[in-house]
Amino acid sequence: MQARKKYVLLGLCMCCWLLLYYWGGLQERLLGLITHKRGEVARPWPSWLDRDLLPGYADQAELQNDGGSGDSPRQRRQSWAGIYKDSRCRMDTCFDFARCQGQSGFRVYIYPPEKGERVSESYHKILTSVVESRYYTSDPREACLFVLGIDTLDRDQLSTQFVPNVDERIRGYPLWNDGRNHVIFNLYSGTWPNYTEDLGFNVGQAILAKASLNTEHFRPGFDISIPLFSKEHPQKGGERGWLVRNTVPPRRKYLLMFKGKRYLTGIGSDTRNALHHIHNGKDIVSLTTCRHGKDWEKHKDTRCDHDNQEYERFDYQELLHNSTFCLVPRGRRLGSFRFLESLQAACIPVLLSNGWELPFSDVIQWNQAVIEGDERLLLQVPSTVRAVGIDRVLALRQRTQMLWEAYFSSVDKIVLTTLEIIKDRVYSHISRNKFMWNALPGGLLVLPEYSTHLAHYPFYYLNLGKPEFTAVIHATSPLVSQSQPIMKLLQVVSKSKYCSQIIILWNSEKPPPHRSKWPPMPVPLIITDGRRKTSSRFLPHAAIETEAVLSLDEDTVLLTSEIDFAFHVWRSFPERIVGYPPRSHFWDPVKKAWGYTSKWTNEYSIVLTGAAFYHRYYHHLFSHYLPSSLRVLVDRTSNCEDILMNFLVSSVTNLPPIKVAQRKQYKEMPTLQTAPWVNPEHFTQRQECVSTFASWFGYMPLVHSQFRLDPVLFKDHVSVLRKRYKDLERV
Amino acid sequence: MCASVKYGSRGPALIPRMKTKYRIYYITLFSVVLLGLIATGMFQFWPHSIESSAEWSLDRRSVHDAPLVRIPMSSPIPERGDLSCRMHTCFDVYRCGYNPKNKIKVYIYPLQRFVDEVGVPISSTGLSREYNDLLSAISDSDFYTDDVSRACLFIPSIDVLNQNSLRIRETAQALAMLPRWDKGMNHLLFNMLPGGPPDYNTALDVPRDRALLAGGGFSTWTYRQGYDVSIPVYSPLSVEVDLPERQPGPRRYFILSSQTAIHREYRVELERLKEENGEALLLLDKCSNLSQGLASVRKRCYKGQVYDYPQILQESSFCVVLRGARLGQATLSDVLQAGCVPVIMADSYILPFSEVLDWKRASVVIPEEKLPEMYTILKSIPHRQVEEMQRQKWTSVNSPLFLPLIPPRSPGFTAVVLTYDRIESLFRVITEISKVPSLAKLLVVWNNQNKSPPEESLWPKVAVPLKVLRTKENKLSNRFFPFDEIETEAVLAIDDDIIMLTSDELQFGYEVWREFPDRLVGYPGRLHLWDHEMGKWKYESEWTNEVSMVLTGAAFYHKYFNYLYTYKMPGDIKNWVDAHMNCEDIAMNFLVANITGKAPIKVTPRKKFKCPECTAIDGLSLDQTHMVERSECINKFASVFATMPLKVVEHRADPVLYKDDFPEKLKSFPNIGSL
Repeated sequence: MQARKKYVLLGLCMCCWLLLYYWGGLQERLLGLITHKRGEVARPWPSWLDRDLLPGYADQAELQNDGGSGDSPRQRRQSWAGIYKDSRCRMDTCFDFARCQGQSGFRVYIYPPEKGERVSESYHKILTSVVESRYYTSDPREACLFVLGIDTLDRDQLSTQFVPNVDERIRGYPLWNDGRNHVIFNLYSGTWPNYTEDLGFNVGQAILAKASLNTEHFRPGFDISIPLFSKEHPQKGGERGWLVRNTVPPRRKYLLMFKGKRYLTGIGSDTRNALHHIHNGKDIVSLTTCRHGKDWEKHKDTRCDHDNQEYERFDYQELLHNSTFCLVPRGRRLGSFRFLESLQAACIPVLLSNGWELPFSDVIQWNQAVIEGDERLLLQVPSTVRAVGIDRVLALRQRTQMLWEAYFSSVDKIVLTTLEIIKDRVYSHISRNKFMWNALPGGLLVLPEYSTHLAHYPFYYLNLGKPEFTAVIHATSPLVSQSQPIMKLLQVVSKSKYCSQIIILWNSEKPPPHRSKWPPMPVPLIITDGRRKTSSRFLPHAAIETEAVLSLDEDTVLLTSEIDFAFHVWRSFPERIVGYPPRSHFWDPVKKAWGYTSKWTNEYSIVLTGAAFYHRYYHHLFSHYLPSSLRVLVDRTSNCEDILMNFLVSSVTNLPPIKVAQRKQYKEMPTLQTAPWVNPEHFTQRQECVSTFASWFGYMPLVHSQFRLDPVLFKDHVSVLRKRYKDLERV
Repeated sequence: MCASVKYGSRGPALIPRMKTKYRIYYITLFSVVLLGLIATGMFQFWPHSIESSAEWSLDRRSVHDAPLVRIPMSSPIPERGDLSCRMHTCFDVYRCGYNPKNKIKVYIYPLQRFVDEVGVPISSTGLSREYNDLLSAISDSDFYTDDVSRACLFIPSIDVLNQNSLRIRETAQALAMLPRWDKGMNHLLFNMLPGGPPDYNTALDVPRDRALLAGGGFSTWTYRQGYDVSIPVYSPLSVEVDLPERQPGPRRYFILSSQTAIHREYRVELERLKEENGEALLLLDKCSNLSQGLASVRKRCYKGQVYDYPQILQESSFCVVLRGARLGQATLSDVLQAGCVPVIMADSYILPFSEVLDWKRASVVIPEEKLPEMYTILKSIPHRQVEEMQRQKWTSVNSPLFLPLIPPRSPGFTAVVLTYDRIESLFRVITEISKVPSLAKLLVVWNNQNKSPPEESLWPKVAVPLKVLRTKENKLSNRFFPFDEIETEAVLAIDDDIIMLTSDELQFGYEVWREFPDRLVGYPGRLHLWDHEMGKWKYESEWTNEVSMVLTGAAFYHKYFNYLYTYKMPGDIKNWVDAHMNCEDIAMNFLVANITGKAPIKVTPRKKFKCPECTAIDGLSLDQTHMVERSECINKFASVFATMPLKVVEHRADPVLYKDDFPEKLKSFPNIGSL
């Protein structure tokens, strides 16, 4: 018994000792875990004793003499074309640059419609956009790019718009050339149940401009991902974004929303079938319905009835307006209409579409406008979007609007963006950089032929160059006397210390007078022949070397100090027109048309370019961005060029022009009976111009303003001696 | 131990009372528990002891002490890289659990020396200096973790920077032997020199399953967009040679070609360009008469004349970076370091970090085919742009309210009146403001803790909601707090003694703010000036022709700026303002101008304001000391912001028909400027 007791005692002691041992270890481990959390004392990569003795990764001579004696580069480039074809196409190997190097430059040709050919509404819009663009040509010989007349938008074999036998037809085209230099537009590819990206015909070496592109099939730098748009998408202009104000805090009623179909089977159902999990009925509304397709009741599950009921409780439009984030999950295909809808609604898209190559991903930095989620991490989405700070929400939301209005709001913009991206690749050393594509006002309004340098543009608010301007005087009457208004004007303008040169645009029926007839000037005076075209006053004359242009009519009456003050104001607003006499547009509800008025009103939306400062870049936009039809209209009527310029600038800035103080009312009392503006017909023409321009732009870009900028001490009860612009107050 | 003895001594007393049958059962159970405990104890300690003692106890060791690992001949080889790999197909996101900082965690495998069965190492260099530096940098970053179970990304310590020093098959086998390799999922390899003679592939030839590759020299056919990362080819010269910083501007040469291994065909083209354009081009090559070795790496020659490399790069505006056998060239790093604008000619090359860098702003990319046109292309680039490229960094103001919106008139603005105890004046202000058509709400910030605001019945009757907010401390910054009660975008900050502004003036101010929602729109304007004598900034409140600030004693602004002022004000400005009970308005002007790069807008003509700046100090300060203090503020803030953000303008905003010969009753804002 005694011995047994001893054993038992010994055993128990051992047991206790082991218990202690065990507990001690656990504690040590717990301690370790706690300190781990607190201090994050990770064991770093060791700092080796012989660190300095380690060899370099490569010998310097090896780096510099990197096997230059290999194959002939010319041969290598030629052999590429044979290797990298079809699915491995790149611009270098599948595009014939020589076609774009001709005199005519970047031209796009459309195959003529064939007899009995039916083209869908959307494809018709795409073709119209190309035809109306400045790149269209009807001559295939001068074309750089070709667009098919066959509607290739819907390649779903089950669709009514599916066009059969495309393969045979295109191979019959003598210009097809295995698709080289062709662009093929497509919105839908593949069909139930896999929705593959197969178009049902061989695209060969043609560039695909396709919606729902998958990164795996996307040929980078070659294909272009376009957004999916509906057949109601407007041809031009397009609705503005919905954001009208930046409320702070920026959160809306709902944090996150989705309303759409739930797929019970087939491709895309993994994601769509899970969306209901994040619905909380409060700030996250994620609604899915089973009720779609013919035989939905066959696949119906236990959730369906409840979900369908909940689905009806919320209105999609109401959710779009009141949600901070919008879920954009993949449908059967990767892209969905929701993408553009939420962009327009300023509802920040949260993408759940793995492998989707985002629209125009070549040029648009999407991380500034959307949250890219991962289908596999759906359940993390709520906490991810909750963690987005107010600054980021504000920035993302404004960015959605910027992108919507710059690239997506109309078919014109989508097609033109596609063409401009290709053009940038073709002329890569005169192309837009990423900043130009992603900053306001967007890449379409930046013409790289003008300059590739940011500071040469008015919108980026970079440091302006030297404070100087070029005066462009539009002269229409022959020079008969030295007391003509233009003589006085020359005097006044040249006295400004900011004036660096004067250009007289000679648009009179008489030939320009001899140089000696003009008074001596302290600045260079250049006479240019305007060929009696009214639009010539906005030609990008090579002689204009300054950023600022002061556009003047020959009979304008101004003071030097008025000019100086306006110039100072312009330097604060280089992207706007800064002028003196204002005009206004209005909506005439009776005629159901836009009207134009020259009456004195409390607000204005136009300043006349008979006396106005603006950036010289607008000459380029006026002459190269606007369609020639509008310039022809201006030349034919010798009228409205100023209205058109105001339309153009406001469409770029979304802002009104700026009126500045002026001594007395300009042109309000007609001195010359022959002046065109006393003619009532002249006024009617201007009314019509406003309507014509609004229809080309697709909306009314003009914006009203209620203020005028005066010198700080303008008409204040302060000694005149203190005032810098005292002349402005003299009567 | 003591406790256990005590416990033990009580124990035996229990056992004898048990029946033998139970005793056997008890002992069996006891031993089972004992064994279990031992096993658990082992499990608790075992894995730890291995990691902590064997691997890490020595802090400073030689790389040669790293454990040797022998690769069996038959060890599996990973598959070649899969070109279709993308994040959503080949990357395991579940290892990168969500954390609030959105930081991924990176694990680095401990160093091992891999050898084949006969003991020959898999790499001729082993761990290189560059790879070691790279790993150290990762280890020093926030991304690093030493806990393999928490890692999202794994970095092998097998150095594959230079493919030439590797035995391809054995390296691949070594990769596959890594404990967490798992088909290369979430593994990241760094490689700068891919491929080898004769065909020089553009991506690392080592089979690597699904591993991500950070490579220097990808072509568009091997680069997996969104999965791989393109990195520059590091040039060891950048640490050896310290080049002085050069200011942007014209250089002695226009184009410089410094590469020594240019293909014959291209050299012929370059020589033709040189013939056509003469001195503008400098075409350098190897020095034939120098002995091999380091010196030859640092020298270049042209017709017997010797130039120092890379110093010579600083003498040219443009530097040619032509592809060699590989697409990525170490010369690019040298050229960028020298501040020369690279002219990159390497068709199909994926430029380093091209997904985030805007190479068009820092370089000129020309197709190889266009080499003969290089001179014409470069000549067409404006001087100012070349200078911008040389600078390699760009400043652009990124205003938080960048979209040009003119918000609708409704729902109007919220007036925030700051008051202490001037009840009478406060009530007059409230009565005046309440006449403004677009007023949505009145908030009175009651900054006096010693006195309660008057009873509700005594307040003036106004048509809009009026709320009094009592503060905890008499701080000036209270007026800029982003109160939840402010439900409009527009805020009118107004002092309790600004009784002279008419309803027309206030309404007009609001209309102007709508056209400038990202600026301060205020009534009295002020100016900062540079005092040449004193060499510092000076505050000016006399009637000047210029404006760079507006007083927030009466100003409209966006509520967003309340957030900025309260939470994002740089340095100690906020505390400084509260301590000095002054300059909150100057601070606000600095803040807004700094973030938007734009001047404030002064509205409407001059008015006699009753010492608008003395409100907070309640007339205690004399004008003179007040001005001195305000000047001090400007200097203090300019030093905190490290710049002078204020912009000077010469204009103010008036109604379109202000002082025009036009019937007053037809004007929208007739009552402007009257005293």
